[in-house]
Amino acid sequence: MRLPKGGLIDRDQVVRFSFDGRHYEGLAGDTLASALLANGVRLMGRSFKYHRPRGVLTAGSEEPNALVTVGQGGRQAPNLRATMLELHEGLVARSQNAWPSLEWDLLALNDAFAPFLSAGFYYKTFMWPRSFWEKLYEPIIRRAAGLGALSGAHDSDTYEKAHVHCDLLVIGGGPAGLMAALVAARAGADVILADEDTRVGGRLNAEREDVDGKPGHAWASEVEAELAAMENVRVMTRTTVTGAYDQGSYGALERLPADVAARAGAPRECFWRIVARRAVMAAGALERPVAFAGNDRPGVMMAGAVRAYINRWAVAPGRRVAVFGNNDGAHRTAADLVAAGVHVAALVDSRPDARNDLDVPFFAGAQVCGSSGRKALEAVEIEVAPGRREKIQADCLAMSGGWNPSVHLACHMGARPEWSEEIAGFVPRDGMVPGMSAAGACAGAMSTHACLRDGAKAAQDALGELGLKAAKLPDVPDAGDAPYRIRPLWQVPGRGRAWLDFQNDVTVKDVTLAARENFRSVEHMKRYTTQGMAPDQGKNSNVGALAVLADATGRSIPETGTTTFRPPYVPVPIAAMGAGAQGQGFAPRRLTTSHAASLAMGAPMIEVGLWYRPSFFPRAGETTWRQSCDREVAHVREAVGIADVSTLGKIDIQGADAARFLDFVYTNTFSTLKVGRVRYGVMLREDGHVMDDGTTARLGEDHFVMTTTTAAAGQVMRHLEFVHQCLCPDWDVSMISVTEQWAQFAVAGPKSRDLLNGVLDMPVDGEGFPFMGCGAVTLAGVAARLFRISFSGEHAYEIAVPARYGASLFRLLVARAEEMGGGAYGMEALNVLRLEKGLLTHAELHGRTTAFDLGMERMISANKDCIGKAAAARPGLTEPDRERLVGLKPVGAVKQLTAGAHLFDEADAATRENDQGYVTSVGFSPTLGHYVGLGFLKRGSDRYGDVIRMVDHLRGVEALCEVTPPAFFDPDGGRARD
Amino acid sequence: MRFSGLRVLKEGLTGNKGWQPHWRDPEPKPAYDMIIIGGGGHGLATAYYLAREHGLTNVAVLEKGYIGGGNVGRNTTIVRANYFLPGNSEFYSHSLRLWEGLEQELNYNVMHSQRGLINLFHSDGQRDAFARRGNAMINQGDDAELLDRDGVRRHLPYLDFDNARFPIYGGLYHPRGGTARHDAVAWGYARGADQRGVDLIQNCEVTGIDIEQGRVTGVQTTRGAIRAKKVGIVVAGRSGQVAAMAGMRLPIESHILQAFVTEGLKPCIDHVVSFGMGHFYISQSDKGGLVFGGDLDFYASYAQRGNMPMMEHVMEAGMTLMPMIGKARVLRSWGGIMDMTPDGSPVIDKAPVEGLYLNCGWCYGGFKAVPGSGYSFAHLMATDRPHAPAAGFRLDRFQTGRGLMDEEGTGSQHNLH
Amino acid sequence: MRISCPICGERDRREFYYQGAAVALDRPAPDAAAQAWDDYLHNRDNPAGPVREMWHHEAGCGAWLVVTRDTVTHEMLASDLASRVQEAGS
Repeated sequence: MRLPKGGLIDRDQVVRFSFDGRHYEGLAGDTLASALLANGVRLMGRSFKYHRPRGVLTAGSEEPNALVTVGQGGRQAPNLRATMLELHEGLVARSQNAWPSLEWDLLALNDAFAPFLSAGFYYKTFMWPRSFWEKLYEPIIRRAAGLGALSGAHDSDTYEKAHVHCDLLVIGGGPAGLMAALVAARAGADVILADEDTRVGGRLNAEREDVDGKPGHAWASEVEAELAAMENVRVMTRTTVTGAYDQGSYGALERLPADVAARAGAPRECFWRIVARRAVMAAGALERPVAFAGNDRPGVMMAGAVRAYINRWAVAPGRRVAVFGNNDGAHRTAADLVAAGVHVAALVDSRPDARNDLDVPFFAGAQVCGSSGRKALEAVEIEVAPGRREKIQADCLAMSGGWNPSVHLACHMGARPEWSEEIAGFVPRDGMVPGMSAAGACAGAMSTHACLRDGAKAAQDALGELGLKAAKLPDVPDAGDAPYRIRPLWQVPGRGRAWLDFQNDVTVKDVTLAARENFRSVEHMKRYTTQGMAPDQGKNSNVGALAVLADATGRSIPETGTTTFRPPYVPVPIAAMGAGAQGQGFAPRRLTTSHAASLAMGAPMIEVGLWYRPSFFPRAGETTWRQSCDREVAHVREAVGIADVSTLGKIDIQGADAARFLDFVYTNTFSTLKVGRVRYGVMLREDGHVMDDGTTARLGEDHFVMTTTTAAAGQVMRHLEFVHQCLCPDWDVSMISVTEQWAQFAVAGPKSRDLLNGVLDMPVDGEGFPFMGCGAVTLAGVAARLFRISFSGEHAYEIAVPARYGASLFRLLVARAEEMGGGAYGMEALNVLRLEKGLLTHAELHGRTTAFDLGMERMISANKDCIGKAAAARPGLTEPDRERLVGLKPVGAVKQLTAGAHLFDEADAATRENDQGYVTSVGFSPTLGHYVGLGFLKRGSDRYGDVIRMVDHLRGVEALCEVTPPAFFDPDGGRARD
Repeated sequence: MRFSGLRVLKEGLTGNKGWQPHWRDPEPKPAYDMIIIGGGGHGLATAYYLAREHGLTNVAVLEKGYIGGGNVGRNTTIVRANYFLPGNSEFYSHSLRLWEGLEQELNYNVMHSQRGLINLFHSDGQRDAFARRGNAMINQGDDAELLDRDGVRRHLPYLDFDNARFPIYGGLYHPRGGTARHDAVAWGYARGADQRGVDLIQNCEVTGIDIEQGRVTGVQTTRGAIRAKKVGIVVAGRSGQVAAMAGMRLPIESHILQAFVTEGLKPCIDHVVSFGMGHFYISQSDKGGLVFGGDLDFYASYAQRGNMPMMEHVMEAGMTLMPMIGKARVLRSWGGIMDMTPDGSPVIDKAPVEGLYLNCGWCYGGFKAVPGSGYSFAHLMATDRPHAPAAGFRLDRFQTGRGLMDEEGTGSQHNLH
Repeated sequence: MRISCPICGERDRREFYYQGAAVALDRPAPDAAAQAWDDYLHNRDNPAGPVREMWHHEAGCGAWLVVTRDTVTHEMLASDLASRVQEAGS
């Protein structure tokens, strides 16, 4: 029911919305929860396990009951708190976890079976018969569990992430936070003030209380205006600080208002990474329920929430309201109700010595011990004296078991808070999160004045640590400074179920049962009962459950322990923390200079690491990739082919000790390499396994350029820097990656020299550029590098030009090649060409192979040390029955080979015990007319000529193969040298 | 007390008053035949199988906190047998067979759910590597199927097949893979061991290992000295510290692995799905939470908490692979301490000190190994001979280079496995 | 997490590559005993507390660093260039 006056709402601006298909009107400034209450809607959700009818309990992000779903398809968002959902025109909200409707939920039957569904019951049953778990029990449990639903459609909203730095992060914009921000900002510090509400003020917006002689919310607005006008301040409302991490890093989630998020391209939410030199946590406190029988009925609410609905939203949550508490907040609530003209049916204070100044029915030393009503509260039962009960009609109960300081963020780094007897709650210790202090209610300051004072003091201390000086500590404004008087009350004894965790339906009985079954550790109790594991993260229930456990096990609360608070402080959408990654954004795309030309030629592109490379270049009439691949292989073998090889890592290495350095990182010797020559090298990890291979050219006495495989370029660069800086920092050598700076193309095939001589300014010959020669050339006046190296086994070159010339050179080379009966070739042909020659890629260099396995043991120079040499000599890495590299060719009826198949002796069953090796790479060789493969076989190099059985269970292929040396084509390498 | 549906019914009708403690809390005796240091999944399973398979019940499990408080209670609950290197293959295969039927064996519903696991691949090279793995699984007697893109689509229609940064080529399907309720595994083994007479001693931290003339004689604890003929160290995450009490230095670095769970949601992910390019794996718990994780935080740590960069990376991987989970809200994140070894595989072996046994180095694969590890370690401790499926987990393999089990192929840098 | 690079100042952890304990600086002689190599490559003190370790400012200046960090609290205690540490003969 909307009250006739008051509230921080705009009565002129009506907002239409719907809930479960029924249309309502609210006001600007409402949340969904306040608007529903204003319309008399009490039933807003169903609980998780028993599907109990539930109404709104709180007025904040800790809300456990009023969870709704908004949106459809890619915009469907489940489990939104009605208390945090800003009402906007056209909002369509639906209830969840109820079927067929919220009013009539079939699974409410569970409630009748509650005795059989006690804590952990599922660990004790559903075991027979065994096969029924996956088929029957689990599907039923899964369907019954869960709250809201995802739509299954890809998320179609936009999200953002951002970084920001500041001197001081103030977490929470209540009186303590506002004061802290003000003091720090006036001293010139860069300040961020973050608050999860739509407006700063915190409890000041919910209470009838003056600050500095004006209404608290008005004071807050004035401070906000002052802060907003300062350039060194960023006030971030709708922003929840979600986690505290190392070295002053904080995560925060900003929700954008619906009208902003609706603009084209605008994000719905933004995840902030805040780096703060200091932080003041002013996160306030959360009120806690009292466990009594039937305390979960719609209409039972937190007293502070009742005040918020009355004072901030001008909504009366009931017509006849009972109030029940163990602290002075109950009286404040009754006073606010009276002031708003709402009938107070009873004021129940569990403290026997409590006094009352209000003209309302008052019960001191009494407790609410029961409730009645079907889908909404109708009456409460009060134990007015031991054994004497009175039933009072009420449609709303405002309850307060006291306040829990919001210590969550302080606990995110693993420190535990301490118990304060004075306020009967956990308070933070100093230094729980380095650089962060606590101020206000979250530190146990329970009056507005104490919060203001605390906030100012925290800012002063932070300024000192930052080396800034507060101009002058402002006078702390006048504000209420009443003491917080509380007498702990966790549970009201009696029959019936008393709820602790409303959302997961954990009752006092569940906790005492857990204790009886020896789940006495608080962690055991939590895990056994699921207490605190629902979407409210135990904010409403953890301390109460701990107290009940302490009672059940005869220990004090501090002896029983604390619960662990883990990030995030409020649940955060995956899409916000993963913003930008959907679709292509997950990883950078690296494109070669020939990318556009390859696309124009119709080449399908494939990912190689972060790079894109052409798979093949289809021509008219070709319908399968194999046709294109076979043709491209033939181009290279018979005429000339062009391939972009720029993705290979290129590292420029210079210095007087460059040659010595290469001797150290490669197994073989490079100091003997002549200027103008290239050598193939193998590099080990220090653990003796092969890291990478490639060629290195000596361009000058002290100047080399190394190539790495595409996949290992980054790893090799890092490794070289490590070896230099950490193992031989005094050597004169420098290195830099030049992968991006040079575009490099393979020109391969018998006509490759003719092609090059048609484009180079000065022709080359076999004398100037013998096999494995290199040197400077020019083409059209552009300085280029030419290497006579071959990954195809043909007479071949790689020509490198500054990257800005790559695109035009590629087009030129391909055009010339086509004129000469050749053309571009892609990764498929490249792979077949290297397989025919038995050359290696990371299919073979997969990190578990040694030089010995590859038949390259002689490449480990005996005359010098190198990285990995000692470890490669370990006995297990050189034993003859290791799996060693071989070639494989089909010799039986089945002519196909498959990579990933395993190898067995012909007569053996295909079992692990008989496993002889496996196939790493295969391809059809158009040159040889049959499949060729590489693989690793136990004692492989001793078994050339043997027939072995290849078995691929997965693809259903079995083939007999001959074991051969790895090189199938031109094994002595004459074609490349000619 | 035997658990059954009937018992639940009976207790429900009589006010649930008859339930008994799932295990006792005995005072430590002055001496035992054997002591297991560590009341996590592996330690409790070891104690259970010592009693069950070898009749050894004069055994104590010493736990510094509460049982099941380590990694068995903070993992992503995945159970699988999809390893391919000899040594691993037979071990995880044996472990999976023990999982199958664990509820009946323990009379405790650990909710082992064989919902199927799919490892996605994103290039021809990855496909071939997964084919090698899948064939090895079948050679071992386990199950595997190679799915093409359409095959994956039939199982997981909600993936982004059209615009993911790394296109989905297919997947390796392991139908017997799945999940289990992690805490229940610890509790089930604890109850089983307790029922057979093993003493589970909580809040009992070992502070020293007594060694006389090269032989173990007992341990010092915060609850006094306890003698024992044999001592097994089963404290993954803290292996280095406890081994140091016996003068050992282990091939282990401790690293943090984060995991995440969302708010409860109606069923939407029916399998365990693993993303080959993004270090991301996800399943949905029976309560409805999406349970997922990614790679290590990559630096040595005992902090049991994660950091933002890896958290964000995991979310990013999820968003590129299955953008339908965008509006699921992360409820909790946590970190476990992983014993990372130089080849990513564990150690079940005798220590150089007589009577001392080591079970460590489970990296981030320890949960699925719980039954097999307990079984094999009990065998080793009881008979002083390695149990065949775990015979490859030798401590000296790094020094000799024999039988390294580097499934990732990244070599001796501990955090890369 | 924030790490101090002696060249660039304090930077986000995302810019760095982690390698492990700074034992990596103490490469044994090529002919050292198998145990020495095993200790170098595999065995670790792995303390719960301060540890010296190798970080590479890979997405920054490229320097390899020796960082002293507490593995329990993640507190950064010291940071130096690996080359400087090595040349000083640590």
